[in-house]
Amino acid sequence: MATDVTTHDLMLDGNAVAGLLADLFGADVTVVPAKCATCGEVNAMGALHAYVRAPGSVLRCPICGAVMMRIVQTDRATRIEMRGIAYFRFERSGG
Amino acid sequence: MTERFVTRGFVGRRSSGGPEDVASRIPPGQYITRDFPVLSAGPTPRTPLEQWTFTIQGLVKQPLSWSWQEFQALPAREWTVDISCVTKWTKLDMHWRGVSVDTLLEGVEIDDRAAFMIAWSDGGYTTNLPLPDVLNGQAFVAYEYDGAPLAPEHGGPARLVVPARYFWKSAKWIRGIRLQAEDEPGFWESLGYHNRGDQWREERYSGD
Repeated sequence: MATDVTTHDLMLDGNAVAGLLADLFGADVTVVPAKCATCGEVNAMGALHAYVRAPGSVLRCPICGAVMMRIVQTDRATRIEMRGIAYFRFERSGG
Repeated sequence: MTERFVTRGFVGRRSSGGPEDVASRIPPGQYITRDFPVLSAGPTPRTPLEQWTFTIQGLVKQPLSWSWQEFQALPAREWTVDISCVTKWTKLDMHWRGVSVDTLLEGVEIDDRAAFMIAWSDGGYTTNLPLPDVLNGQAFVAYEYDGAPLAPEHGGPARLVVPARYFWKSAKWIRGIRLQAEDEPGFWESLGYHNRGDQWREERYSGD
Protein backbone atom coordinates (compact mmCIF):
# COMPACT_ATOMS: atom_id res chain seq x y z
CA MET A 1 0.00 0.00 0.00
CA ALA A 2 1.39 3.36 -0.96
CA THR A 3 1.50 5.65 1.98
CA ASP A 4 3.42 8.86 2.23
CA VAL A 5 2.54 10.32 5.55
CA THR A 6 5.13 12.47 7.19
CA THR A 7 5.26 13.94 10.63
CA HIS A 8 4.19 17.22 9.08
CA ASP A 9 0.94 15.69 7.88
CA LEU A 10 0.19 14.57 11.41
CA MET A 11 1.39 17.65 13.26
CA LEU A 12 -0.70 20.79 13.66
CA ASP A 13 -0.28 23.66 16.08
CA GLY A 14 -2.09 24.41 19.31
CA ASN A 15 -4.75 26.39 17.48
CA ALA A 16 -6.12 23.03 16.33
CA VAL A 17 -7.51 22.48 19.82
CA ALA A 18 -8.37 26.14 20.48
CA GLY A 19 -12.11 25.52 20.43
CA LEU A 20 -11.87 22.58 22.77
CA LEU A 21 -9.62 24.47 25.18
CA ALA A 22 -11.90 27.52 25.08
CA ASP A 23 -14.84 25.31 26.02
CA LEU A 24 -12.91 23.83 28.92
CA PHE A 25 -11.14 26.94 30.23
CA GLY A 26 -13.87 29.41 29.40
CA ALA A 27 -11.45 31.64 27.53
CA ASP A 28 -9.22 31.69 24.49
CA VAL A 29 -5.89 30.38 25.76
CA THR A 30 -4.04 30.20 22.45
CA VAL A 31 -2.12 33.38 23.32
CA VAL A 32 -1.42 32.33 26.90
CA PRO A 33 2.26 31.48 27.47
CA ALA A 34 2.96 28.09 28.99
CA LYS A 35 6.27 26.93 30.38
CA CYS A 36 7.47 23.46 29.44
CA ALA A 37 8.11 21.45 32.61
CA THR A 38 10.76 19.45 30.79
CA CYS A 39 13.02 22.04 29.14
CA GLY A 40 11.77 25.29 30.65
CA GLU A 41 11.02 27.07 27.38
CA VAL A 42 7.97 29.32 27.31
CA ASN A 43 5.66 29.26 24.28
CA ALA A 44 2.13 30.44 23.60
CA MET A 45 -0.35 27.57 23.78
CA GLY A 46 -1.19 28.16 20.12
CA ALA A 47 2.46 27.60 19.18
CA LEU A 48 2.67 24.13 20.70
CA HIS A 49 2.82 21.15 18.37
CA ALA A 50 -0.53 19.37 18.28
CA TYR A 51 -1.15 15.73 17.38
CA VAL A 52 -4.88 15.25 17.08
CA ARG A 53 -5.10 12.19 14.79
CA ALA A 54 -4.91 9.85 17.73
CA PRO A 55 -7.17 8.45 20.45
CA GLY A 56 -6.74 11.85 22.14
CA SER A 57 -5.03 15.17 21.50
CA VAL A 58 -1.40 15.62 22.48
CA LEU A 59 0.29 19.02 22.74
CA ARG A 60 4.06 18.96 22.66
CA CYS A 61 6.76 21.50 23.35
CA PRO A 62 7.97 22.91 20.00
CA ILE A 63 11.51 23.11 21.41
CA CYS A 64 12.13 19.76 23.11
CA GLY A 65 9.17 17.66 21.94
CA ALA A 66 8.06 16.66 25.42
CA VAL A 67 4.37 16.10 26.04
CA MET A 68 2.94 19.22 27.72
CA MET A 69 -0.78 18.48 27.64
CA ARG A 70 -2.95 15.47 26.82
CA ILE A 71 -6.68 15.65 26.26
CA VAL A 72 -8.95 12.62 26.09
CA GLN A 73 -12.66 12.88 25.51
CA THR A 74 -14.57 9.77 26.49
CA ASP A 75 -18.29 9.23 26.32
CA ARG A 76 -18.73 10.65 29.82
CA ALA A 77 -15.95 13.14 30.46
CA THR A 78 -12.99 15.08 29.20
CA ARG A 79 -9.65 14.57 30.89
CA ILE A 80 -6.78 17.03 30.59
CA GLU A 81 -3.37 16.07 31.87
CA MET A 82 -0.92 18.95 32.32
CA ARG A 83 2.03 17.37 34.05
CA GLY A 84 4.24 18.65 31.28
CA ILE A 85 3.35 22.29 31.94
CA ALA A 86 5.21 24.11 34.73
CA TYR A 87 2.88 27.11 34.59
CA PHE A 88 0.60 29.29 32.49
CA ARG A 89 1.17 33.02 32.52
CA PHE A 90 -1.97 35.15 32.44
CA GLU A 91 -1.60 38.90 31.94
CA ARG A 92 -3.33 41.05 34.57
CA SER A 93 -5.51 43.62 32.95
CA GLY A 94 -4.17 47.12 33.53
CA GLY A 95 -0.98 45.68 35.06
CA MET B 1 11.50 -20.46 8.12
CA THR B 2 8.23 -19.63 6.45
CA GLU B 3 5.09 -20.78 8.06
CA ARG B 4 1.70 -19.49 7.08
CA PHE B 5 -0.34 -18.81 10.14
CA VAL B 6 -3.84 -17.44 9.76
CA THR B 7 -5.05 -16.06 13.03
CA ARG B 8 -8.43 -14.59 12.39
CA GLY B 9 -9.68 -17.23 14.75
CA PHE B 10 -8.66 -14.97 17.66
CA VAL B 11 -11.90 -13.13 17.41
CA GLY B 12 -13.91 -16.21 16.58
CA ARG B 13 -17.21 -15.72 14.86
CA ARG B 14 -16.23 -16.39 11.29
CA SER B 15 -16.10 -19.35 9.02
CA SER B 16 -15.90 -19.41 5.25
CA GLY B 17 -15.29 -15.72 4.54
CA GLY B 18 -18.34 -15.09 2.37
CA PRO B 19 -20.08 -11.71 2.42
CA GLU B 20 -22.47 -12.90 5.08
CA ASP B 21 -19.51 -13.53 7.33
CA VAL B 22 -18.03 -10.06 7.03
CA ALA B 23 -20.65 -8.54 9.30
CA SER B 24 -19.83 -11.07 11.97
CA ARG B 25 -16.21 -9.94 11.88
CA ILE B 26 -17.00 -6.32 12.71
CA PRO B 27 -16.87 -5.60 16.45
CA PRO B 28 -19.70 -3.48 17.92
CA GLY B 29 -19.59 0.20 17.00
CA GLN B 30 -16.96 -0.28 14.27
CA TYR B 31 -17.05 0.33 10.52
CA ILE B 32 -14.96 -1.26 7.77
CA THR B 33 -12.19 0.74 6.12
CA ARG B 34 -10.06 -0.21 3.15
CA ASP B 35 -7.44 2.41 3.99
CA PHE B 36 -4.78 2.01 6.60
CA PRO B 37 -5.29 5.18 8.67
CA VAL B 38 -2.28 6.69 10.40
CA LEU B 39 -2.72 7.78 13.99
CA SER B 40 0.08 9.22 16.05
CA ALA B 41 0.60 10.96 19.38
CA GLY B 42 3.92 12.43 18.35
CA PRO B 43 6.57 12.78 15.69
CA THR B 44 7.59 9.68 13.76
CA PRO B 45 10.86 8.34 15.20
CA ARG B 46 13.62 7.52 12.71
CA THR B 47 15.99 5.28 14.60
CA PRO B 48 18.68 3.94 12.25
CA LEU B 49 18.56 0.15 12.05
CA GLU B 50 22.20 -0.12 13.13
CA GLN B 51 21.19 1.57 16.40
CA TRP B 52 17.94 -0.33 16.83
CA THR B 53 17.70 -2.95 19.57
CA PHE B 54 14.88 -4.95 21.07
CA THR B 55 15.14 -5.62 24.79
CA ILE B 56 13.38 -7.90 27.23
CA GLN B 57 13.85 -6.78 30.80
CA GLY B 58 12.15 -6.65 34.16
CA LEU B 59 11.24 -9.88 35.93
CA VAL B 60 13.53 -12.13 33.94
CA LYS B 61 16.60 -13.93 35.20
CA GLN B 62 18.81 -12.30 32.58
CA PRO B 63 17.74 -9.35 30.41
CA LEU B 64 18.09 -9.95 26.70
CA SER B 65 18.70 -7.62 23.78
CA TRP B 66 18.75 -8.26 20.04
CA SER B 67 20.23 -6.09 17.32
CA TRP B 68 18.15 -5.54 14.17
CA GLN B 69 20.17 -8.21 12.38
CA GLU B 70 19.72 -10.68 15.21
CA PHE B 71 16.01 -9.93 15.40
CA GLN B 72 15.64 -10.68 11.69
CA ALA B 73 17.20 -14.08 12.29
CA LEU B 74 14.53 -15.09 14.83
CA PRO B 75 11.86 -17.53 13.63
CA ALA B 76 9.19 -15.40 11.95
CA ARG B 77 5.92 -16.17 10.26
CA GLU B 78 3.06 -14.65 8.32
CA TRP B 79 -0.05 -13.47 10.10
CA THR B 80 -3.41 -12.51 8.61
CA VAL B 81 -5.53 -10.69 11.14
CA ASP B 82 -8.41 -8.24 11.49
CA ILE B 83 -7.54 -5.00 13.25
CA SER B 84 -9.86 -2.62 15.09
CA CYS B 85 -8.94 0.90 16.18
CA VAL B 86 -10.73 2.60 19.06
CA THR B 87 -11.44 5.50 16.66
CA LYS B 88 -13.92 3.01 15.15
CA TRP B 89 -12.29 1.72 11.98
CA THR B 90 -11.81 -1.99 11.41
CA LYS B 91 -9.61 -3.36 8.67
CA LEU B 92 -9.96 -7.00 7.66
CA ASP B 93 -7.29 -9.45 6.56
CA MET B 94 -4.20 -7.41 7.26
CA HIS B 95 -1.06 -9.31 6.25
CA TRP B 96 1.97 -9.06 8.48
CA ARG B 97 5.24 -10.82 9.02
CA GLY B 98 6.84 -10.91 12.42
CA VAL B 99 7.98 -12.78 15.49
CA SER B 100 5.53 -14.04 18.09
CA VAL B 101 5.88 -12.81 21.65
CA ASP B 102 6.13 -16.49 22.61
CA THR B 103 9.27 -16.82 20.52
CA LEU B 104 10.74 -13.67 22.05
CA LEU B 105 10.11 -14.91 25.56
CA GLU B 106 11.69 -18.30 24.83
CA GLY B 107 15.03 -16.55 25.15
CA VAL B 108 14.57 -15.58 28.78
CA GLU B 109 13.79 -17.26 32.05
CA ILE B 110 10.66 -15.57 33.38
CA ASP B 111 10.27 -14.91 37.08
CA ASP B 112 7.15 -16.50 38.56
CA ARG B 113 5.96 -13.08 39.74
CA ALA B 114 5.76 -11.67 36.20
CA ALA B 115 2.11 -11.01 35.39
CA PHE B 116 2.13 -7.97 33.10
CA MET B 117 3.98 -6.86 30.01
CA ILE B 118 4.76 -3.21 29.39
CA ALA B 119 5.61 -2.47 25.76
CA TRP B 120 7.73 0.65 25.31
CA SER B 121 8.62 2.51 22.16
CA ASP B 122 10.85 5.10 20.63
CA GLY B 123 9.29 8.45 21.41
CA GLY B 124 8.15 7.45 24.89
CA TYR B 125 4.90 5.60 24.14
CA THR B 126 3.92 2.73 26.42
CA THR B 127 1.05 0.28 26.66
CA ASN B 128 0.27 -2.44 29.17
CA LEU B 129 -1.02 -5.98 28.69
CA PRO B 130 -1.50 -8.93 31.04
CA LEU B 131 0.98 -11.66 30.10
CA PRO B 132 -1.74 -14.27 29.43
CA ASP B 133 -3.18 -11.91 26.78
CA VAL B 134 -0.01 -11.91 24.67
CA LEU B 135 1.02 -15.59 24.89
CA ASN B 136 -0.01 -18.58 22.77
CA GLY B 137 0.13 -16.76 19.46
CA GLN B 138 -1.97 -13.79 20.53
CA ALA B 139 0.68 -11.12 19.89
CA PHE B 140 3.67 -10.57 17.66
CA VAL B 141 6.26 -7.99 16.74
CA ALA B 142 5.78 -7.19 13.05
CA TYR B 143 8.39 -5.76 10.71
CA GLU B 144 6.65 -6.37 7.37
CA TYR B 145 3.22 -5.32 6.22
CA ASP B 146 1.74 -6.52 2.92
CA GLY B 147 5.06 -7.97 1.84
CA ALA B 148 7.12 -4.83 2.36
CA PRO B 149 9.12 -3.43 5.25
CA LEU B 150 6.78 -1.78 7.74
CA ALA B 151 6.63 1.94 6.92
CA PRO B 152 7.71 4.38 9.65
CA GLU B 153 4.28 6.01 9.84
CA HIS B 154 2.77 2.60 10.56
CA GLY B 155 5.27 1.88 13.31
CA GLY B 156 8.27 0.65 11.38
CA PRO B 157 10.84 -0.66 11.67
CA ALA B 158 8.85 -2.83 14.08
CA ARG B 159 5.60 -2.64 15.97
CA LEU B 160 3.70 -4.80 18.38
CA VAL B 161 0.47 -6.29 17.00
CA VAL B 162 -2.22 -7.59 19.36
CA PRO B 163 -5.19 -8.32 17.10
CA ALA B 164 -7.65 -9.12 19.90
CA ARG B 165 -7.33 -5.64 21.42
CA TYR B 166 -7.96 -2.13 20.14
CA PHE B 167 -5.03 -1.02 18.04
CA TRP B 168 -3.58 1.47 20.56
CA LYS B 169 -2.29 -1.66 22.35
CA SER B 170 -0.27 -2.50 19.22
CA ALA B 171 2.56 -0.13 20.08
CA LYS B 172 4.28 1.44 17.07
CA TRP B 173 8.09 1.74 17.07
CA ILE B 174 8.39 -0.87 19.79
CA ARG B 175 11.88 -1.23 21.27
CA GLY B 176 11.29 -3.57 24.13
CA ILE B 177 9.08 -5.21 26.68
CA ARG B 178 9.31 -5.13 30.44
CA LEU B 179 7.80 -7.86 32.58
CA GLN B 180 6.34 -6.74 35.89
CA ALA B 181 4.42 -8.13 38.85
CA GLU B 182 2.23 -5.03 38.99
CA ASP B 183 0.14 -3.54 36.22
CA GLU B 184 1.09 -0.07 34.99
CA PRO B 185 -1.38 1.80 32.75
CA GLY B 186 0.27 3.05 29.57
CA PHE B 187 0.06 6.28 27.56
CA TRP B 188 -3.67 6.10 26.78
CA GLU B 189 -4.75 3.70 29.52
CA SER B 190 -3.62 6.28 32.10
CA LEU B 191 -5.94 8.95 30.70
CA GLY B 192 -9.36 7.43 30.33
CA TYR B 193 -8.94 4.56 27.91
CA HIS B 194 -9.84 1.06 29.01
CA ASN B 195 -7.13 -0.94 30.69
CA ARG B 196 -7.88 -4.09 28.68
CA GLY B 197 -9.39 -2.71 25.45
CA ASP B 198 -11.19 -5.80 24.09
CA GLN B 199 -13.00 -4.61 20.95
CA TRP B 200 -15.55 -7.43 21.10
CA ARG B 201 -16.66 -6.17 24.52
CA GLU B 202 -16.39 -2.59 23.25
CA GLU B 203 -14.01 -1.70 26.05
CA ARG B 204 -13.11 1.78 24.80
CA TYR B 205 -13.03 3.81 27.99
CA SER B 206 -12.36 3.21 31.66
CA GLY B 207 -15.35 2.82 33.94
CA ASP B 208 -16.11 6.41 34.89
